[in-house]
Amino acid sequence: MLDTLKNRIEQGYRTSKYPKQTISLPERYRGLPTINQYADADIVAKCVKACPQNAIITDSNADPNLFKANESSRKMVDMGRCVFCGTCERVSNGKFITFTQDFGYSVAEKAHLLTSGTVPDLAKHSKQHFKKLFGRSLQLRQVSAGGCNACEADLNVLATPFFDLARFGINFVASPRHADGLVVTGPISRNMRTALLQTYEALPAPKVVIAVGSCAITGGPFRESPEVSDGLDSILPVDLYIPGCPSHPLTNLHALLSFFKDRI
Amino acid sequence: MTSSQSSSIETHKIPMQTENRKNIEQTEHSETRLIQTQFSEVTNGVAISRRDLPHLTFDDFRENALKLVRNNAKVVHFFGYEDDSKESSQNGNGGKIKLLALFRTNRVYRDRRYTLFAATCNAPDAYPSLTSECEPFHLFEREIAEQFGIVPDGHPWLKMVRYHPNSQGKPDAFGNDYSKDNDRNYYYTQDIPGNYPYYSVEGKEIHDVAVGPVHAGVIEPGHFRFNCIGERVLHLEIQLGYQHRGIENLIINAPFKRLPVIVEGIAGDTTVANAVSFAQAVEALTKINISDDAKKIRTIALELERLANHVGDLGALSGDVAFLPPANYCGRMRGDFLNMTLLICGNRFGKGLVRPGGVRFAIDSALCDEIMRRITELEIQVANVIDLLLITTPSVRDRFEDCGTVSRSDAHELGLVGTAGRACGLSYDARRAFPTEYYPNIDIPENAKSRGDVYARAKIRAEEVMQSIAIVKMLLSDSLIEIAPVELSFIETNFYEKDSKDYADFTPLAPDSFVVTINEAWRGELSHCILTDQTGKILRYKIKDPSFHNWSGLAMSLRDTGISDFPLNNKSYNLSYCGFDL
Repeated sequence: MLDTLKNRIEQGYRTSKYPKQTISLPERYRGLPTINQYADADIVAKCVKACPQNAIITDSNADPNLFKANESSRKMVDMGRCVFCGTCERVSNGKFITFTQDFGYSVAEKAHLLTSGTVPDLAKHSKQHFKKLFGRSLQLRQVSAGGCNACEADLNVLATPFFDLARFGINFVASPRHADGLVVTGPISRNMRTALLQTYEALPAPKVVIAVGSCAITGGPFRESPEVSDGLDSILPVDLYIPGCPSHPLTNLHALLSFFKDRI
Repeated sequence: MTSSQSSSIETHKIPMQTENRKNIEQTEHSETRLIQTQFSEVTNGVAISRRDLPHLTFDDFRENALKLVRNNAKVVHFFGYEDDSKESSQNGNGGKIKLLALFRTNRVYRDRRYTLFAATCNAPDAYPSLTSECEPFHLFEREIAEQFGIVPDGHPWLKMVRYHPNSQGKPDAFGNDYSKDNDRNYYYTQDIPGNYPYYSVEGKEIHDVAVGPVHAGVIEPGHFRFNCIGERVLHLEIQLGYQHRGIENLIINAPFKRLPVIVEGIAGDTTVANAVSFAQAVEALTKINISDDAKKIRTIALELERLANHVGDLGALSGDVAFLPPANYCGRMRGDFLNMTLLICGNRFGKGLVRPGGVRFAIDSALCDEIMRRITELEIQVANVIDLLLITTPSVRDRFEDCGTVSRSDAHELGLVGTAGRACGLSYDARRAFPTEYYPNIDIPENAKSRGDVYARAKIRAEEVMQSIAIVKMLLSDSLIEIAPVELSFIETNFYEKDSKDYADFTPLAPDSFVVTINEAWRGELSHCILTDQTGKILRYKIKDPSFHNWSGLAMSLRDTGISDFPLNNKSYNLSYCGFDL
């Protein structure tokens, strides 16, 4: 008993003050990408060619209608495809794409995944009736559907003392019958498709669907494999997209709080 | 890459606990009989021409493979590959599917050093199963049947492994119906498990408990089926394959630039070990040597990966016996180790750190000091929590001891590796047997236990945690690392020099070659194999996660165990679903 208490004292109080206080992530962390629209064409071409995920969109490879809305930013990163590996930053030596320490880059609409350096304020773009319904209590059921388990791991840590998700009234629950929403990770392998749909069916309406990680959004590193889908939104309606490979726990926390809470 | 290249560097001895240093490897191999074989010796991480692999007739292949395993060699790989080049069809009956087997043994030379032996043969459409005579081929033969439709006659339990149709359009080995989709890819018309009837036990008071694929926690999918009498488990059948993403085939078809990212996604918790295994194979096939500093950084990353996972597992074990304080402390401390990897490379799992040609991030003196400060502070906390969990709390010991015991002989037959094998007395550790990166300069102590229960599996982890902390500190305190050059990834540089328009076909790899890499990932022996064709394109990429061997260990642990002890046993192995499912 004394040992247990001694240990408790040594461990101290570890819960972060986020979101009341901001947390800065280390310099090498790769968050929201920013793009220099005036970068040298050669460098841009090199980056487009080098990107393992073909996530860099420019005039040369984009759908012609894409840039109509915003003529000034004709170079973008598709955060749904991007795995934040940093190849473009290295190839361009920071002259074209750089990754910032901003971890709050989740979006509510698929079109917003295409970024030229900013993302819309998630709190304003979320479905407002969800805030009313789930703002004080949100129970989530997670389904892992063919990923590498890194996204699952970084969702799981939200339960550890540092993040302590439960203090916001948000929990991961064991049964879809107890849940308000579904959190899906992985590229939805053929063998998980039915189980995923059955879990969704078992959820009482209204149901929230959250796609976490580039796999769930576009197939991620496994895109084009016949064994996986090309994104959760081809199977279920998605309300919230959390990009990353995997997304940092703070990205997950930021997304859940911004999307569901009236104020954070 | 090989140990000989680093021999000029002084060997570091790290201070370690020595309580278990009785030489188990010596007693394990008291017989001195040496084996003769037609298989030829290959070296870990060294590429050879495919012509230098002996291509035997099937009968010779089978006979030699059985002989090796009967003499205690362990199967590292046994897989099929498609090769229709003329040269390879000279021997045997000319089918385009070949088999390759690779064994490890320390029974061939008098100095008992570990050696790898490999050979190939043409695969008949059906063949007398090796498993019918020798258990360790069991899962490998099922995998070959699933991937290529080649049937092992007389296999005792010919069941699918990951549930996907074979790539050859052959009749399904398991009698399932498959069809072609719009992109001309084969798919099964029925959901997993198809027409497979799960193992069943009949009798009064017998009942089945089916769990999964969607589990209660935030974990990966898999299906567990317990045949029980009352609370007692007679048999546990584990059905995986839900995470199958077709990685091995994707690697063959994807452009080279995608491979590092795909490989890092084999298993997120084993990102670094998989990336290192891939990088070593590519380096061997491109004759690239990496700097000692890059080797050190890879070694540090591998040990940090081991630390984060082992600490997390100890916490999970504690949580499963309802002792919550260490569960919470370990959860937090696991994050602290992941955050050290984040400091080094910007990703908590080490994604983006290792690339063929070296590492992408240096550890400068400021970073070195910061990690040193953090790990020194954590070391005491970790040691005290381990004490609390495994020593000062008798109720935990009571739950851990004699729970889910696997005997040493069963572990040997099943071919358990890594922490699961060491907990049963099999001392094999690839860091010692086939040292790569900076391991030739590090003394990895033997830590095998004899109990084979949950306690042994926890104790192994606890000891390795303290060893890994010592290794990381030792590597960080070495002044050489301060000036680690950051090498641009090999692909990035080479790619542009070629400037080929058609970069989908770009390959830097040596043609007609074979390489195998073996590393001790935190769960155990992880191995990648590459075979290239006459143009240097990848003909076959084979991945073997340690979990491929160890899932059967979990099933064995559950025999005659209360079903309520399943979560505890499951955590004590903590095997990979996605690493197995590929």
